[in-house]
Amino acid sequence: MDLFIDIITGLCFFIGSLSIIIGACGLIKLPDVFSRIHAAGMIDTGGTAFFLLGMILQTGWSLITVKLILIGVFVFFTSPVTSHVTANLARQKNLMPVGKKIGKLL
Amino acid sequence: MKSISLFVILLGLWLLMSGHYSFLITSLGVLSCAFCVYVARRAKLIDKEGLPLFFFPRLFNYLIWLFKEIFISNLNTAKVIISGKIEPETFTVKASQSTDVAKVTYANSITLTPGTVTTKIKDNMFEVHALNSDFGNDVRSNVMDKKVKWLEGDQ
Repeated sequence: MDLFIDIITGLCFFIGSLSIIIGACGLIKLPDVFSRIHAAGMIDTGGTAFFLLGMILQTGWSLITVKLILIGVFVFFTSPVTSHVTANLARQKNLMPVGKKIGKLL
Repeated sequence: MKSISLFVILLGLWLLMSGHYSFLITSLGVLSCAFCVYVARRAKLIDKEGLPLFFFPRLFNYLIWLFKEIFISNLNTAKVIISGKIEPETFTVKASQSTDVAKVTYANSITLTPGTVTTKIKDNMFEVHALNSDFGNDVRSNVMDKKVKWLEGDQ
């Protein structure tokens, strides 16, 4: 059973690292601020979620599990706010996104 | 009523975070929670917006659905980044929720799923930036809008 949990944990860490690496590549590769926010969002959600899941599997049921879940909750509340602030500031400075615009923008 | 539920939430959080349960420390924790509730009442922070209790009954179902969506769009964003086929598009959608908290939840959910970001909000119109038309169609189909409307209940 221990071995099984260890394997699942390793898999979670692998997927988490993979999504962080792909997100970091995206940060360099994508053309403008707005597209790069998507790559950063991938690191925020996929990366942290899988790492926390792996750590929760390792700790079992204890107070530390609750604290890890709380870290997840706070990251999930704050990361969209920072993404939105970045995007909104770029729009306020009249930076237009690359690509097509559908309809009248705000 | 709202003050009592805030007190219970704060106390639960305190008990989970501390891990020390001797009499002195626990009573100090209860006192500090009571003081926090007093300060929040004095600052008039305890209202529908500060403590959206009407979310809680349906929150769990919504979160499970949201995590599924986040997982799927993570996969799609990874595919787009690796293949390099990006056609960004910007458009506006209408939010049908009536309370501000629900609108914020909707905008945050859009931003939280990779591939779509809310860039501007005016009244109940959101300006959304999507990485390609698949992500854009997901938002435009209004599935998430209806889910948040359902989460909000009859307000």
